[in-house]
Parts: sequence; C-alpha cells; structure tokens
Amino acid sequence: MSTFQTHDYDVLVIGAGGAGLRAAIEASAAGVNVGLICKSLLGKAHTVMAEGGVAAALANVDDRDSWKVHFADTMRGGQYVNNWRMAELHAKEAPDRVRELEAWGAVFDRTTDGRILQRNFGGHRYPRLAHVGDRTGLELIRTLQDYGIHRGIDVHMEFTVVSLLVSDGRAAGVIGYERERGRFKVFSAGAVVLATGGTGRAYKITSNSWEGTGDGHALAYLAGAELMDMEFIQFHPTGMIWPPSVQGILVTEGVRGEGGILLNKEGRRFMFDDIPDAYKNQTATDEEEGWRYTQGDKSAKRPPELLTRDHVARCIMREVKAGRGSPHGGVFLDIAWIKKKLSNAEAHIKRKLPSMYHQFKELGDIDITKEPMEVGPTTHYIMGGIRVNADTQMSSIAGLFAAGECAAGINGANRLGGNSLSDLLVFGKRAGEHAAAFTKENRRVAVDEAQAQRAMEDALAPFDHGLRGGENPFTIQAALQDMMQSHVGIVRVEGEMRQALTELDALRARASRAAVTGHREYNNGWHTAIDLRNLLTVSEAITRSAIERKESRGGHFRDDYPDKNAEYATFNIVTRRKADGSMDVVRVPLPPMPAELKQIVEEQKA
Amino acid sequence: MKQAAFKVWRTDEAGGHFEDYSVDVVPGMVVLDAIHQIQATQASDMAVRWNCKAGKCGSCSAEINGNPKLMCMTRLNTLNLLEPVTVEPMRAFPPIKDLVTDVSWNFRVKKTITPFTPRPADAPDGTWRMRQQDVDRVQEFRKCIECFLCQDVCHILRDHHLHDEFIGPRFLTFAAALEMNPLDAADRVPALKEQHGVGYCNITRCCTKVCPEHITITENAIIPLKERVVDRYFDPITRLLRMIKS
Repeated sequence: MSTFQTHDYDVLVIGAGGAGLRAAIEASAAGVNVGLICKSLLGKAHTVMAEGGVAAALANVDDRDSWKVHFADTMRGGQYVNNWRMAELHAKEAPDRVRELEAWGAVFDRTTDGRILQRNFGGHRYPRLAHVGDRTGLELIRTLQDYGIHRGIDVHMEFTVVSLLVSDGRAAGVIGYERERGRFKVFSAGAVVLATGGTGRAYKITSNSWEGTGDGHALAYLAGAELMDMEFIQFHPTGMIWPPSVQGILVTEGVRGEGGILLNKEGRRFMFDDIPDAYKNQTATDEEEGWRYTQGDKSAKRPPELLTRDHVARCIMREVKAGRGSPHGGVFLDIAWIKKKLSNAEAHIKRKLPSMYHQFKELGDIDITKEPMEVGPTTHYIMGGIRVNADTQMSSIAGLFAAGECAAGINGANRLGGNSLSDLLVFGKRAGEHAAAFTKENRRVAVDEAQAQRAMEDALAPFDHGLRGGENPFTIQAALQDMMQSHVGIVRVEGEMRQALTELDALRARASRAAVTGHREYNNGWHTAIDLRNLLTVSEAITRSAIERKESRGGHFRDDYPDKNAEYATFNIVTRRKADGSMDVVRVPLPPMPAELKQIVEEQKA
Repeated sequence: MKQAAFKVWRTDEAGGHFEDYSVDVVPGMVVLDAIHQIQATQASDMAVRWNCKAGKCGSCSAEINGNPKLMCMTRLNTLNLLEPVTVEPMRAFPPIKDLVTDVSWNFRVKKTITPFTPRPADAPDGTWRMRQQDVDRVQEFRKCIECFLCQDVCHILRDHHLHDEFIGPRFLTFAAALEMNPLDAADRVPALKEQHGVGYCNITRCCTKVCPEHITITENAIIPLKERVVDRYFDPITRLLRMIKS
C-alpha cells in the first residue's frame, strides 16, 4: 500500500504547451489512457507567447515552396549540425499538422482565394508561416486545448514534477506536488513524455515565463538520459529593452517580416553591412528590393533584417559595442517608416501586428505606427535538449520520450522563426504515437517507492532550512541569472566560462541551504527553491558544452574562436551524468546524411 | 528612490486582510513587478499566479484599487500613488490563497459546450476555403486569453451566483466564436437558451469594459446570440410556422 496518493496512466505527458497537448491527443487517439500534467493552468503555457506563425511548406502563397526547400532552409539555419532525419520529418509532416489544426477549429488568416495565408520570416526562402496576426501561439494552444478536453485526457493543473522514477532502466513514473495544497502524488505510467519547454530563466534578460526553468532537461539528465547541443541558445534579436520592467519581452520577427527595418543611432540601416556568404545570393542588394520582397514580389530577394536570428542578434551587439546603439543600449526597429510606401500604413500595422501595437502603447508609451521601437537581444529558446531518436522521440532511457523545446536535434545550432510551432506539432504527435505504442508493447515496471520518498524529502528540505535561517531562494535565483547573463551569454570566452563553473559550485552550495517560510500551500518561494536544482543543472550543461565547442556557430558565439571550424561540423556535444554525479561531456559524431538529402541541400544553395 | 505604498490581500485563518508593503518604484513598472518585489524581498510565501508578463496568457488577473485588471499590464503611472494601491484576488471565485483563486469552474463549463464540428471539406485535399472578411469576427473572439476578468465582473455570477444556470461572458463569447465560424455545422442555440442561460444577460456591458483584449463581448458576441435565440423561439411568425408544421 503506497503512502502517497497515486495515479496510474498508460501514457503520462509532462507539460501542456503545444508539444504536450499534441502528444496527449495522439496517445489518446491510440486508445490508451492518458494523463497530462501542467505546471500552470491549462492553456497558459509558454506556447501562447509565440507570435509570428507556424512554418509549413503549404505553398499557398508561393507555389515554388516544398518540403525540400523547407528542409534545406532548416539545415542551413542550423549550420548543418541538425539531426537531418528530424529536419526531414519536420519539413514533410508540418503541412499536414497545420491543416489538421484547421479541422480542429483553428482560424488562420486567409489568402484572397480563401486558403491559409503565409508570411515571410527570417531564414525561410518563401512566405511559409501560417499565422493569425501576431498571436499564432495562442491560436495553436487554444485549438489543441479545446479539442483535447473532449478526448478523455485527465488533466492535472498546477502540478510540478520533482523527480522521474526509473526502475530497471525504464521510465516508471514521476513524483511531484500539487501547488494548491502542497501535497505529493506519485504517478505510475507505461511511458512518460517530457514536453516541458525551455530554460530561459537561467538568464536575467529573457522572454520566458517563470516556468522556463529547464525542468524536463534536468529531470531527464538526473535520471540518466543524455542532453545534446546545450551550448546552442537562441538570443532573439528583438526584445523590448525600455522601460526596465519590460526588459526581455519579445518583439515578434513579424515586424521585420512586414517591412520593419533596423537602424542605429545614426539612422544607418546597418544590417546591409555584414551579410554571411551562405546567404549572399538570397539577400536583397538594396533597400528597395528588400521592401518589394516583404510586399510579395517574387522576383525580389529578402532584406538583411530577415537573416537568421543568431546573425541579427550579433549585428545588434556589434552596433551597441561600437557606440552606435540607441539611448537604452539597443538599436531602433522601425515599422512606422512604411507610411512612405503605403497610404493606409497606420491601419495596416494595427491589423498585422495588433499585439505589438498594444504592447508598446501600454507598456512603453510608444506608438509603433508613428515612431521606432528600441530593441535588443533577449534569451528566447534553447536548441539543445534531451537527445532523442528522430523517428520515435524516445530518449536514451527506455519508455522516456521528449518533444518540443526540451528535445534536441531539429534545430541544430540555430532555430528558424516559425519552426518551433511546427516542431512541437510534428514531434509532439510522434512522441504521443510512439509512447502509446511502447506502452502497448512492453510490460510495465513498478514504481520504486523509496525513490519517491527520497525525492519528496529533498523537495521539502527548504522548510527545514527556513527554521535555521538559510538564504532566500529568490536571491539565489537572481544571482544565478546575473552570472549566466554575464559569463555564458551572447558573447562567450573561455576564461569567463571557467569562472562560471566555479560560481555554479558556489551557487549550488547556496541553493542547498535555500530556505522558505510559511506552509506548503501555494508557496511561490518554495517553488522557486525547488526550481533552483533544475536551473543549476541546465546552466552547468550549457556552460560545459559551450567550453567544449571551441568555434562560433549559430547561437554559440566565442570571442576567442570567432570563426566556424569545419571539424566541429562533424559532431554534436552530449552531456550525461557519471556514476559519481559529475557531468561528462562527450563528442558524438553526426549521423551521415543520405545522398538524396545531401543533393537537396546542395541544390538549394544556388 | 521613490516609494509606493501597497495594500495586498493576504489570506489568514479568519479569511484575510490587507497587509501593508512599501515598494521601490522603477520606470515603467507594472503592478506585477511590485508584487514580485514584495515576494522576493518581504514575503516569499505570497501566492500569485502569473506566466507571460506580457498580457498574453491571462494568468495574473486581480482587482487593483477595486478594478478587475491584469497585474502585468497595469502601469504604476496610471495609478494614484499618493494613496496606497490595493491589490486583491478576483472576488467572484473561491479563494485559494492570497491573490490566487479557484477558477476551475470555468474549465468545467467549457466542456459543456458542443465543440467545433466542421462541415465536410471544400476541396479534395481535405481543406476548406474561407474569406478573410468572414473570419474577422470569429478572430476577434479568439483573441480571448481566458483571464476570466469578464466572469469576475459579471453581476449574474459575482452577485447572484447563478453559476449552475449561466455560463458567463467568457463562454458566451466562446460559443459565439463556434456559432459564427463559417465551417461549423453544429447548432448550439437550444443549449444557449436552456442550459447556458444567455437570457440572464441584461447587457450592462461590464464584461466588455474590463476585457484586456478589447473584445466587444456584449455587442458582437452576446447580443447576436440572444437574437438567434429570439428568432428561433420567440419570433411570432416562426412560432406560427412551427405550430402549423407540428
């Protein structure tokens, strides 16, 4: 007889953003019983923040588009260290996943002939992003939520998992606590799907909500699974920077897709100053051509503002460092200028970018139809994550699956905008499907109560420290965020990252004494103390992987190794836990790409 | 540094009380920043629900100086800081702790509404065709972030507690988005009349005024639904025809 309140499911999904919901729907459709755990209320996950759109080669706007072009764009954007099989599956299956959303009630913006409209985005050769104004993520999560609630899925809201339970090398279940009362519960399951999103809260300036503490990454790692590509973090080039309280909030790439331009304080359109060789023959030669591209002229090439996010972020940093930045340490993003081109510019901007208009009006006292915005890079997304099988999404632990941002592979060194919503649909579905198949084909393993008991005791330790005067968990979290921002941020050097490892040890010691007051019911301080372990784990993986990659590629930029090194294009960096609890860093060769896919990549370079 | 006084609702054994806090004011600050500052420096166990801090997830609903608002979108410079700012939970829902309420009723209500039921596909490839102008009004309703401020302020729920008979403005808007979806083939009019209680709304427009997404709930969603019910059940000619038919 268990001492815990228990639940049992064939498939247990952790995380109810797009990937988790899609996985739960698919598993449920396979006829197994499904539990879905959300850290917050249903429908509030970080997916709601996705603005620009979902990338899928529907070819509704430009019939030259196809899965092959999308595949090549994704590989080029990822600097060719992506898992080619995931990039292939993603490009092939994304259109069906988007059409399926329409059948489930999503209402996308329309083309003049009544089909799903698609817009331009950075690194995508053709207009590819199906969208709803600039609130596509909300549309996606709401559609999956409203469809999912009628599929017999058990939803456990405001529940945080503190440990994965592994028996005989197999995922057996999880233990966690429900926020309202602070009670611990054990879930046993035939298969577990992690869909917990990102790690942005390891940094001070981030577009991520409080939930983005790398929970799935850390749970999997601590249970013995492998993490991959953790050095690749996407610093989105355009976050709000002023006033201070809004620092980091995302400004959609859609602004640039609709014709927005980046200017330094001298009014110079600096993005024309540095265009990478891989993109030279796809980039506009002058401002006029760039404008025509954003307005759908198929003979025009894209403006340099729509180069990949890693590159745009670095160009912004260069301008700021050279003293050409805006008053608050960023650059200007101007959409108001299009009034020179369009007679109805004001109404057009409000219709195409409604939430950006409101965000700046209400939070920054800026009318974006009249004046430029001030923007700078913000920690947005982690390309790295749990290493999974490309087809099944199963991790190195049998019965443990991962999908969406917490899984690695599809994005390589840099993710293209719009590819995360399609990623979570394509691989959320696959994870759900294969988790259901796994649970049907394999005998269950029992949960080890002793593991659960230990995990609960660890999670409750901050209350004991509270009686002995330990440290405030919010202070420790802020110190970690400051440290990662300054030592393992956009521009990295070996010395600072070595220093980061030393400071992580000190922070770990402080975290082990984190203290909370009050009782267990809805105690935000306690939750922050528990999340510290996950943040510290992913921060160490990020730092060690970043030290190992002695070159610059995609989201990973080393000031001491500013160039790309071909040798480093042949492997991924994997971190895993050694028996003594320390972190092992290994290089794992990239799987060889089949000739027909190589040919597609070469053809699309033209 | 400039200071602002806050009175924040804290639950206790007797129910709750307002507790005084002082906050350092920084430029551009919103109420949620103030609450976070209090939590990080003065009251680490204070319960607050939030996620995106950008007005997109609808988690941080509260009553600020008595007005239902999102904490993340309420700038301090829009408030009178000469007086203490009061922050308390939504009052139409059962309290859990401090600023957090039990909004689970909303999730149960949603399940009672007939889900999206598309007509057969228009094209052989399984897709549909819709004109932008035909989906504009549906898209207005689908902007909803489910903050439940409209539910909080609706007197039929807040004062008359008719939760079993009336689904509230949020779910009337949800039903309207389905009813007006050009692809949807289901009929929710009988349920709107009998189970969802659309007739209870007496168009005081309180919901529309507090909607942070500026959805015109009353005029664009609720009144058209009322008209559908009236046309179906109370129009004298329709009633006559129905009597003849039966």
